[in-house]
Amino acid sequence: MSLTAQLPALQVVVPLLTAPLVVLLRTPGLSWAAATAASLTAFAIAVALAGQVLAGEVIHYEMGGWPAPFGISLNIDALGSLVLLLVTGASTLALVGGRDSLATEIEAGRRHLFYAAWLIVLAGLSGIAVTGDAFNVFVFMEISSLATYVLIAAGPDRRALTATFKYLIMGTIGATFYLIGVGMVYMMTGTLNFADMEVRLAEVTELRPIVVAAGFITVGLALKAAMFPLHVWLPGAYTHAPHMVTAFVAACSTKVAIYVLLRFDFFVFQNNLSQHDLHFASFLLPLALLGILVGSAVAMVESNLKRLLAHSSVAQIGYILLGASLISEAGITAAAAHMFNHALAKGAMFLAVAAFALRLSGVRLNDIAGVGRQMPLTFAALAVAGASLVGIPGTAGFVSKWLLLQAAFAQGTLGLVAVVVVVLSSLAAVVYVWRIIEAAYFCEPSAEVQAAREAPLPILAVLLLAAAANIYFGLVPAFPLSLAEMSATELLGGLQ
Amino acid sequence: MSAQNTILFALLWPLLGAVGIALAGRWPNLRETVTLVTASVLALSVWSLAPGIMDGGRPGVVVAEVFGGLSIAFSVEPLGMLFAALASTLWIVNSVYSIGYMRGNNEKHQTRFYVCFAIAIAAALGVAFADNLLTLFLCYEILTLSTYPLVSHKGDAATIRSARIYLGILLGTSIGLLLPAIIWTYTVAGTLTFTPGGILEGNLAGPAVGLLLGLYVFGIGKAAVMPVHKWLPSAMVAPTPVSALLHAVAVVKAGVFTVTKVIIYIFGVEALFAEPSGGWLVYAAAFTIIAASVVALRQQNLKRMLAYSTIGQLSYVIMAAAVLTPLSEVGAAVHIVAHAFGKITLFFSAGAIYVASKKTELPQLHGIGRRMPWTMAAFTIAALSMIGVPPTGGFVSKWFILAGAFQTDNYLAIFTIILSTVLNAAYFLPVIFAAWFSTEPAGGKDHGEAPWPAVLALCVTAMATLAFFFFNQPVLELESQLVGRLK
Repeated sequence: MSLTAQLPALQVVVPLLTAPLVVLLRTPGLSWAAATAASLTAFAIAVALAGQVLAGEVIHYEMGGWPAPFGISLNIDALGSLVLLLVTGASTLALVGGRDSLATEIEAGRRHLFYAAWLIVLAGLSGIAVTGDAFNVFVFMEISSLATYVLIAAGPDRRALTATFKYLIMGTIGATFYLIGVGMVYMMTGTLNFADMEVRLAEVTELRPIVVAAGFITVGLALKAAMFPLHVWLPGAYTHAPHMVTAFVAACSTKVAIYVLLRFDFFVFQNNLSQHDLHFASFLLPLALLGILVGSAVAMVESNLKRLLAHSSVAQIGYILLGASLISEAGITAAAAHMFNHALAKGAMFLAVAAFALRLSGVRLNDIAGVGRQMPLTFAALAVAGASLVGIPGTAGFVSKWLLLQAAFAQGTLGLVAVVVVVLSSLAAVVYVWRIIEAAYFCEPSAEVQAAREAPLPILAVLLLAAAANIYFGLVPAFPLSLAEMSATELLGGLQ
Repeated sequence: MSAQNTILFALLWPLLGAVGIALAGRWPNLRETVTLVTASVLALSVWSLAPGIMDGGRPGVVVAEVFGGLSIAFSVEPLGMLFAALASTLWIVNSVYSIGYMRGNNEKHQTRFYVCFAIAIAAALGVAFADNLLTLFLCYEILTLSTYPLVSHKGDAATIRSARIYLGILLGTSIGLLLPAIIWTYTVAGTLTFTPGGILEGNLAGPAVGLLLGLYVFGIGKAAVMPVHKWLPSAMVAPTPVSALLHAVAVVKAGVFTVTKVIIYIFGVEALFAEPSGGWLVYAAAFTIIAASVVALRQQNLKRMLAYSTIGQLSYVIMAAAVLTPLSEVGAAVHIVAHAFGKITLFFSAGAIYVASKKTELPQLHGIGRRMPWTMAAFTIAALSMIGVPPTGGFVSKWFILAGAFQTDNYLAIFTIILSTVLNAAYFLPVIFAAWFSTEPAGGKDHGEAPWPAVLALCVTAMATLAFFFFNQPVLELESQLVGRLK
């Protein structure tokens, strides 16, 4: 077998095996270099896989040569490949740019352990995206979650401990719900392989355990995805985590959960439960709309920059779920495209926050007053990412907002409600992004801000790269859009 | 250069100019030279497109295919040609004026000012040449964002508060109303390309047409139809050259231009005429005209009075377009030009008065005509044009709008124009009278005219106001292509 054929396995194996190596290396510099190299490799693999998916190849890999459904199979579909790009891309950008930032937040003696945990998160999240096995998803979910708790709690901010505890309790409930659901499906079908499950469910469809399983799985994953009102763990976790961890986790971890949610509901349950699409939509749509409204409203009044962006994430997750709950080709395309575009925008914004935090003592709006003139490049990148978050034309955010509105319009009267909600939330986004811009550029700087210089080169470089990507994918969105369209076709394949 | 290349050149050249201005920022004389050269070359290249358009050519160029059959594309048609020629030509005059004003006032951040100005002009040209609504929306938003630093130029708390209103209303309406309108249009029509005769006919009927029209008219906040006009008086905190070129010509005209273009090329004049649910627009415009004139009557600050006058005059264009007759559509296009010459002159004068005397309020202007005869002469000519007295440009456009209104016996429009003319006279004539014939309050500052570039600029635009009364034939010929023929 050539190396190319091994890529799906390597996607997980590279970060997973580098993690113990990083622990052995011990010195902060070397462990950082090893972790970054592993992350870069993972990103390169994800790009290669995306290329194969775009070329129309069906990527199917059997672990250890055991054929499915007996062995574990890895499947990479379009949406999975999109999620892989997000996970590895966010990790790479945060690691390449994050050395200085992490050095100020993590003790030197524990930094190699921190990088090891980071790689385990990367391996876990990638694993969820590549595997074709429901139990395997749970295993990777636990691996990534446990390691994520470590990352979030690793910072100097002691409030991170309570935030992590909250996340741990809720995350465990979510994972347990998922496991209960999978257990019930296993009980009824005797298989854990997604494809096999779909076929075998047909024999036992409409039996109560399956309906209950669908409920458990959907709610458990919605909790992991921070769907309103199960999002309460998210703002605290994002706010008190080390800045670079926020940039990494905020860009991708909730999206991975949404990915599993869509995969389960559309591939496995869609054909086997009557009117599943209707139930799915009527459960998800109102919560998505509420999440959009509540998240945006809270973000408008928050004064801590990270908390503000975290609440904005709750709203943006609502956009993605809204697109999915429209159950149309256009809606799911919009949802998938928004996963990508929101990760670009939010990732860049959190990177900018990390850059500010390196030079200032805090990241409340008061703390960053006037910093735009001292750190013009960082500020410019923040402004571009903010424009993308609002959906100003010419940025990536505009493309997915356009697709989402278009999909909603196509739904008739109910869609109009969605349109109104999205428009209101866009206006709210104008307000909260503008509060950041105004504080950073138009307010009088304090003495501390006066002394601030531009952030160090690595973080500045990745930040500008992320901002440039927001513009590039706003003007030339062909690449994420074709992946998103393929995802929609694949997911709706089960919906005859 | 082929017409396609000229279009691209005209869009990129001001951006290049912006880079040049930024690089030359340390040497003010060089920087201003770069601005003037950029503006002149731009105007020449835009004008070079005109003959082809007169002959019926419609050159277009696709820059990028974005998604779902949508593209970033530009093309030139008569209305856009007119707007582009106007904005680019007045940019030269305005740049000359800016030199006098900004230096005379010792303003800070002058480089940022000229850079943002060049970007705003590029965006205005993008609006003028946009071939579809997506492209137009893109340029429209760039125009909003690039003018924000110009409005908040002074940087104090009050200015920032005003600038926040400016940005909030313009961004809010465009994202909240215009974007849904565009997506709705795309959903029902399957295209966003500006097409003679409209793209909505047969795709949308009944009250939905009126509703969509409402989303467009109020979504295009730059057109300042009440109640989304509040940003314009707020924008008066900007330095006067900004008020003059952007908030009398480029930005506000981008608004009414977009509304007119949407009516002609998206709804289609005849299709909209046949649809009663679109009829409310004349009433909304008429209300704005009268209300803005009444408010202008009560203003004590010269620039704020001019701002409300602009709001009223913008709705002339909207009303003319909404009357939906061939003559009135031409009237709308002509009024874009006539008002531009007049209002830029008025703002230039207001700025010249400020530079020379630091006076901003109307009661302070008693007797100022004797100290600043050139400025006030220009002011007088321009004010007469606002009222619509011959021989000024304002008369020509009023003539066409009235003629168009008579074509369909639209008495509301006729009555509105007459009443508004009386009101315009009521707020402009006392100012002019006091400036020339009242005695100056004692103890004032001893001053003469503003720096010569400013005076030169305002004399040129005042002359243009007069000249437009006599030499308007090319504009009429160009714009008559809009409606096929003049009945």
